[in-house]
Amino acid sequence: MTIDWNSLWNNEPLRVFAVASAVLAFASTIAALLRWRVAKGQPHGVIDNLIARINAWWWMVGLLGVAFLFRRDGVIVLFALVSFLALREFITLTQTRRGDHAALAVSFFIALPVQFFLVWIEWYGLWSIMIPVYAFLLLPILAALSADTTRFLERAAKVQWGLMICVFCLSHVPALVTLEINGYSGRNLMLIAFLIIVVQGSDVLQYIFGKLFGKHLLAPRLSPSKTWEGLIGGILSATALGAALYSLTPFTMQQAAVIAFVVCIMGFLGGLVMSAIKRDRGVKDWGHLIEGHGGVLDRIDSLVFAAPVYFHVIRFWWT
Amino acid sequence: MFEGLIGQAIVTFARTLTGAHAWWRAPLDARGKRVYFANHNSHGDFVLLWSCLQAHERRRTRPVAGADYWNSNALKRFVGGRVFRAVLIDRVKREGQDPVGQMAAALNSGDSLILFPEGTRNQTDARLLPFKSGLFHLGEAVPDAELVPVWISNLNRVMPKGELIPLPLICSLQFGAPLPRFAGEDKATFLERARNALLELDPDRNHDD
Repeated sequence: MTIDWNSLWNNEPLRVFAVASAVLAFASTIAALLRWRVAKGQPHGVIDNLIARINAWWWMVGLLGVAFLFRRDGVIVLFALVSFLALREFITLTQTRRGDHAALAVSFFIALPVQFFLVWIEWYGLWSIMIPVYAFLLLPILAALSADTTRFLERAAKVQWGLMICVFCLSHVPALVTLEINGYSGRNLMLIAFLIIVVQGSDVLQYIFGKLFGKHLLAPRLSPSKTWEGLIGGILSATALGAALYSLTPFTMQQAAVIAFVVCIMGFLGGLVMSAIKRDRGVKDWGHLIEGHGGVLDRIDSLVFAAPVYFHVIRFWWT
Repeated sequence: MFEGLIGQAIVTFARTLTGAHAWWRAPLDARGKRVYFANHNSHGDFVLLWSCLQAHERRRTRPVAGADYWNSNALKRFVGGRVFRAVLIDRVKREGQDPVGQMAAALNSGDSLILFPEGTRNQTDARLLPFKSGLFHLGEAVPDAELVPVWISNLNRVMPKGELIPLPLICSLQFGAPLPRFAGEDKATFLERARNALLELDPDRNHDD
């Protein structure tokens, strides 16, 4: 049996995952070399964390790969699950009271699945307002019915905020597959690939530039690791990465660069906002599910802030 | 072998469902003869605690549980007796039974125990019920046993009393430092000290709920 390498290479998702795997294999090799030469096989905080992060990336790329195999349905189901895990981390760290039980149960078991179902049936008119309008009105009603008035406004705001960030904003990622762009039909998964590569690439590049050149702390009260050197190096290189990937998208190279720049900035600011919440609650990470990274929410904090802006930029100018 | 597989399946299931994460306040060395004592809000408590232990610790750690519950049918007898190897205590007072002796025998054979000193599930609004005297007598009977407080949080937020739907929140377990021993301490003082050591571990102790 012969393998037709040409047709495999022409399969766009396959090509993206082949390149992603090659990048990860390169990263794993570097990390193994660092462990050998710098840490000399001994436990070493930074290098062990780096290896754990890279291993987690293999898992995340693998999961995305499986989801992409099932195309539209796959990414909707995957992001519904990610949304569930993120909301669970958010609510766990948020102080709510017994009186919020009904509102929280509705958030987890009704609002979340319905949101992704509406994305699945492509009812844009409803999924784009359900949480900002209807959940916004219903949840405080449920809390009020429990007759517990202690810190009422604060509690209502927290539940709504969790839904907005973890469910509403994140659902814009799979919703990208529902956009109808002239001359781009059947390739929408690549819009998701572009967004994830640029935003997560920006996080990774900020980490690398920060570790290599970082000197001036950018927001010492929010994060002990974010530096100006990391930010500038990371965002400029991720913008260049976005421009280089323009052939995946319906954008020209200049447009791809501008869009990549915008989503990187949104992602960075999103990370700052989520850090502020963590500092206020006195924790370093949202959870512990992804070894080396912390929780799911630690990994997707930049994505949730970038996705809605990216979605609406494309929806406004390209459809 | 078979028991081991079922045990592993239970561990995986419990940790996935609750996202449970263990925090160790003080590093504990690997040793048997340890009594983990914890707050008790839910039937899931001991499975969660057991699941958070390292595999080699878990193999020699046995829950102390009510005989009436675990002997009520064949499946429970198998899981309780063979998978968890529970030390079953007859909760109905009868002549000639010696629960402290049962527990001490398990400790002296090198096993560790999981004990809920409140004696029953806490279904009240209080954070922690007063302790029964078992923990004190066990400490007297086996002086070199290590008593480790473990606070289990969020299981009560998952399912508050009177609610029908459990929330899928992440549970966490705080393992404290072993309780120091003071010779000649009387029962009431010891139990109060043990209870405070456990309450001290609650990460939300300063927060009203």
